[in-house]
Amino acid sequence: MTFEVMAPLMFVGLIVFLLLGYPVAFSLGAVGLLFGWIGVHYDFIQPVFLQNIPLRVFDTLKNQTLLAIPFFTFMGLILERSGMAEELLETVGQLFARLRGGIAYAVILVGAMLAATTGVVAASVISMGLISLPVMLRYGYNPRVAAGTIAASGTLAQIIPPSLVLIIMADQLGVSVGDMYRGAFVPGFILTGLYLAYIIVMAIIRPKSVPALPEEARIYKGMALVGRVFTALIPPLVLIFLVLGTIFIGVATPTEGGAMGAVGAIALALIKRKLSWKLMLQAMESTARLTSFVAFILVGSRIFSLVFVGVDGDRWVENLLETALPKNPLAFLLVLNLMVFLIAFFLDYFEIAFIVIPLILPAVTGIMEQLYPQDYKIGLYWFGVMLGVNLQTSFMHPPFGFALFYLRSVAPPNLKTSDIYWGAVPFVIIQVIMTLVLLFNPWLVTNWLK
Amino acid sequence: MRFLLGISRAIDALSLNVNKVVIWLVLLATLVSAGNAVVRFTLHNSSNAWLELQWIMFGAIFLLGASYTFMKNGHVRVDVLYGKYPPRVKVWVDLLGTLFFLIPTAVVIFLTSLPWVANSIATREMSPDAGGLPYWPIKLLIPAAFVLLTLQAISEVIKRIAMLRGHLPIPEEEIDEELEKFDLVDSSKKEQA
Repeated sequence: MTFEVMAPLMFVGLIVFLLLGYPVAFSLGAVGLLFGWIGVHYDFIQPVFLQNIPLRVFDTLKNQTLLAIPFFTFMGLILERSGMAEELLETVGQLFARLRGGIAYAVILVGAMLAATTGVVAASVISMGLISLPVMLRYGYNPRVAAGTIAASGTLAQIIPPSLVLIIMADQLGVSVGDMYRGAFVPGFILTGLYLAYIIVMAIIRPKSVPALPEEARIYKGMALVGRVFTALIPPLVLIFLVLGTIFIGVATPTEGGAMGAVGAIALALIKRKLSWKLMLQAMESTARLTSFVAFILVGSRIFSLVFVGVDGDRWVENLLETALPKNPLAFLLVLNLMVFLIAFFLDYFEIAFIVIPLILPAVTGIMEQLYPQDYKIGLYWFGVMLGVNLQTSFMHPPFGFALFYLRSVAPPNLKTSDIYWGAVPFVIIQVIMTLVLLFNPWLVTNWLK
Repeated sequence: MRFLLGISRAIDALSLNVNKVVIWLVLLATLVSAGNAVVRFTLHNSSNAWLELQWIMFGAIFLLGASYTFMKNGHVRVDVLYGKYPPRVKVWVDLLGTLFFLIPTAVVIFLTSLPWVANSIATREMSPDAGGLPYWPIKLLIPAAFVLLTLQAISEVIKRIAMLRGHLPIPEEEIDEELEKFDLVDSSKKEQA
């Protein structure tokens, strides 16, 4: 046993342990400790490394960035479960009902708005699948277009602030969440625009696939519709703008914004008489659970990295990437994105963020130091947003796309699973296009940083 | 087996009850954090004790909630192969994983944290920031959480062994909690679980 083989062996061990399918947090911890033990046995690592373990756990605890996660999750869950999201969807749907593709526009726009309240893909897809999918199918939407639009719009939550993905990305890249939000805002907007453009194109070339709603399906008209806009659309919209606005102009930190947003959501639900203890308890429980599993993956990955860095694994991966990948920075990032795109078929977002990003970070930092000699962190924001758009696909493509899975669960049985899969394909292509656009136009992200 | 299943039930009840308290910290942390923000905006003032309280509650949520999350199968997995395993194989993976991955990890974290916490208690460690809170009770959360998690792991091991020996039914399909909250799970499946 030589020191040089430790890092590659540990990397293989990581893959094998993860593939078994035992919870990631504990598999990571186990790989770390197993190789720590081997390392101590062969004198590659000093046994004192064990003393660092509680410090690593304590670091996770003190992590101020991650604190925003429970707040935004809590806010989103309250808005979602109190039925405000449904009202929003229904109202916007009625606004666009006369247009060809109208319900699809509503789904995309509401997807983007819900995205702005929560990072929880599952909840958005479930609500939109329950409300919009039956309407779309009943009035003759092409099932693939309908299913694809809903699944993809649900994933907008991953890239439009205050997305959880961006919080974790900022934490892993060691940059500020506020600036990560500022950088992601315009790309998120463009992405929403591309989704809308796809429906517009469908409305022109295949009008039958996205029909307008017939007269009898337009429940609200005239003043009734205006009334709905004021009760269902404006209040959550104001809340979203307040929360994001204060973060963008830098008045509030993301943590403060999240906490105030959650209080605002509770107040809104209370005013609308939609708040119940059952709902609060459910939202609190879901939030606690999400917080716990996210933080535990981080704990596991910190124990893994403690040992992996101890056996020079970080340098090994950096060397590997630098020798195997092209030297040209853009080509390097292109190949890296392609790798992540492929990994996203097998790992979900959290796993990639906590396992893959720390591994590739040193190499990426090296590239960014070349591209942005004045401040490489600017490049990290660009990289983070680009990766965020790329990773959205992990929710959208078979076989493990969460969005597809949740849509399947709420879709009527006569909607074929293959329709859901095929429906998502155009949106996966849009994501790939957007990733490329960002690769060649870093200013779309970096222009807005403070 | 009956005796062991009794122990398992007692542990499950413990995790459930701890979690019932923990979830209130979500609301409390939200209120404290929003309050801190309002105080900072209006009075241009902030107190380290209140700011620390935020992340202490965050830590308590994820540490103490972990055993319940584990009981509810809430920790994410890589599903590539796991999703395709027959139910019995899933039970085996969970059993062996808990015995050889989770329990050793939790025990090592527990043991290594003991001298570290003891030192903190002995020196009555305070936050390095002015007006901050004492640190030792926070540090104490770590061994406490991993004792809870180890207990829950023992309970899960008992349940898995009972499943393999036919004392408990092997779940055919996992119920998705997210769907359950929207009342979308067939009642027949619920009864099975």
